[in-house]
Amino acid sequence: MKFTRRDVIRTTAGAAAGVLGSRFVSSPALAQEGLTYKPEDGAKLRMLRWSPFVQGDEDQWLANTKRFTEATGVEVRVDKESWEDIRPKAAVAANVGSGPDLMLVWFDDPHQYPDKLHDVTELGEYLGSKYGGWHDGPKQYATREGKFLGLPLATIGNAIVYRESWVKEAGFSEFPKDTAGLLELCKALQAKGHPAGFTHGHGVGDGNNYAHWLLWSHGGQMVDESGKVTINSPETLKAIEYAQELYKTFIPGTESWLDVNNNRAFLAGELSVIANGISAYNTAKINKDNDPKLAEMAKDIRTTNLPIGPVGKSVELFQVTTAVIFDYTPYPNAAKAYLQFMFEEPQMAQWVTSSAGYCCQTLKAFDNNPVWTADPNNAAYAKASATLRPNGFAGPLGYASAATMADYVLVDMFAKAVTGQATPQEAMEEAEKRANRYYRV
Amino acid sequence: MAVPSAAVQPRSSILSRSLSALSESRNALGFGFMLPAAALLLVFLTYPLGLGVWLGFTDTRIGRPGIFIGIENYQYLWDDAVFWLSVFNTLLYTISASILKFVLGLWLALILNQNLPFKSFFRAIVLLPWVVPTVLSAIAFWWIYDSQFSILSWALMEMGLIDHRINFLGDPENARASVIAANVWRGIPFVAITLLAGLQTIPQSLYEAATLDGASRWQLFRYVTLPLLTPIIAITMTFSVLFTFTDFQLIYVLTRGGPVNATHLMATLSFQRGISGGQLGEGAAIAVAMIPFLLAAILFSYFGLQRRKWQQGGGD
Repeated sequence: MKFTRRDVIRTTAGAAAGVLGSRFVSSPALAQEGLTYKPEDGAKLRMLRWSPFVQGDEDQWLANTKRFTEATGVEVRVDKESWEDIRPKAAVAANVGSGPDLMLVWFDDPHQYPDKLHDVTELGEYLGSKYGGWHDGPKQYATREGKFLGLPLATIGNAIVYRESWVKEAGFSEFPKDTAGLLELCKALQAKGHPAGFTHGHGVGDGNNYAHWLLWSHGGQMVDESGKVTINSPETLKAIEYAQELYKTFIPGTESWLDVNNNRAFLAGELSVIANGISAYNTAKINKDNDPKLAEMAKDIRTTNLPIGPVGKSVELFQVTTAVIFDYTPYPNAAKAYLQFMFEEPQMAQWVTSSAGYCCQTLKAFDNNPVWTADPNNAAYAKASATLRPNGFAGPLGYASAATMADYVLVDMFAKAVTGQATPQEAMEEAEKRANRYYRV
Repeated sequence: MAVPSAAVQPRSSILSRSLSALSESRNALGFGFMLPAAALLLVFLTYPLGLGVWLGFTDTRIGRPGIFIGIENYQYLWDDAVFWLSVFNTLLYTISASILKFVLGLWLALILNQNLPFKSFFRAIVLLPWVVPTVLSAIAFWWIYDSQFSILSWALMEMGLIDHRINFLGDPENARASVIAANVWRGIPFVAITLLAGLQTIPQSLYEAATLDGASRWQLFRYVTLPLLTPIIAITMTFSVLFTFTDFQLIYVLTRGGPVNATHLMATLSFQRGISGGQLGEGAAIAVAMIPFLLAAILFSYFGLQRRKWQQGGGD
């Protein structure tokens, strides 16, 4: 009979529970069936996460953390940084081998320093089997060669946020479902003085989401399965030509936009249609009691998924965040116990609910969380984890996909063509050359 | 009992004689006093610089030690249009901003050197842009240059001078001009206050003598103020050029190098490639590529601007 490491831990934990009756194992919140980790003596954890976009997310995360501390005696200090600063901080921590024990990182970060991360395969498989499995997209970001480098925590969805009255005024009874319809709508909205605006600037989230949607919805891709750069293709050309037409209908200045600009202009009533996380709508909703203008706007805001292009299905990037444990931590068991606690019911369910539609669950068992039906506008974000396509599709995740995105190769390709600084063919060739530098052809 | 003390005596006296000789030697003392500074420079300057240069010759990535690859990173950069664009942007940014800061800073210094009412108050208030953290002033400029909410666009439209908002950060030329203007606004106080300090060291008697000889105001400036101020100008502008050339925060907050890399400086590109993109070797190579330009600026200042012939208005 083969005895796996998992069996050993189970047996040890069972014995510990029976013989010692420790505080940790006897705690009702932590006595999860199947897998338990006993924190090291005197363990203290430090976690670095991104600053919340929705306050409920942070409040619930901290409340869950407090419950973990009460149950185990393990103190957890949760620090936060602006979400764009997480990547450099994680990179430095991985490189120097010192820093927070756990971190919530973004996109392909775990694939950049897999050797520096603590293997959580056992925990990942346990949670997956207990909660209906992981959604494929987030799982790809967190796994490499069958091993979990971290636990996929959430997907920050991106959807069309629009003003229903203006769309109707432009002659559309409902928001178009395809890219051709979107172009017609944007033309009509521009004619009515209520233009749309999608980010063509170096906005890490919005800029990349829009550029990837443009490319993928037309069947283009940066690389093929083997990592060969295939951006220079008839499909990409179609995507650029479509982007050029759409750009003509935009409010001026979208090529300078960072992540905040579209929210700001939308909430000021300058824009009729943007692509964004649910934060744009939530801001109007939360502040409606203090601001009558926002109250009116909140009633008029609707959300829907980005239209489907010639490729015939919904394909989007979104932002995926993964919880990782650095290998240098002196308290790997405490860190795993903490993550296990945070991912178990009811903590995860409460956290998804409190995130008010911003953080989409990665475990399928939480797909029916009441938050997705609590407000009709949340529905567009409910399937973010199920429908996302990882960065660098269709190639492998790794330093090349991360570097290509970090260098804004795709964002710049579209921006250069739509602003007339290059022809679509030139923009595509330049993107190909730049991508080849990372995929080392 | 006397034997051991007799044995110790000569040894201690030799030691004290050596110490006393050392304390009287100018060379030894000088070396001793230099040691702490040398240690600091070695640890905090030479080592990081050496490490940076070394990384530039490796393919180190985040989380993975690299191997020596010679000048491959530089060969890649040589064929990289974005890198050359960042070199152009950096030179344009540094030269334009430095000239503007010098002219406006000198002008401000000359005004502040006059006997103005509330002189101290004005001198203090002029420093404000320099005192405010760059990130804060950059955020203020971000609003000023916003494509939808710019107060400049609004004011000009209200005055009827323009009929549509200015695309400050979306158009490449506008974006370059905008970031240069923000840098000039922030850098003028440093130049002005330092030159003001230099102006105040010029003896009044020289001006009186020149005035008695019938010198005009321009001649006073050209033949008294400027030559005596040149050493200070050399130092001030060297620092100003170095600060401008290595600027990062302003660009990072305002544009992240956009639109389409039109405002990417070598420092921001180095960060983007090295840290965000994980290519530490290439990021380091970009940073190292800044060194020749910085050295050239320093050498120009020390061997050029400080030459006595130049200061006295002569040529080579």
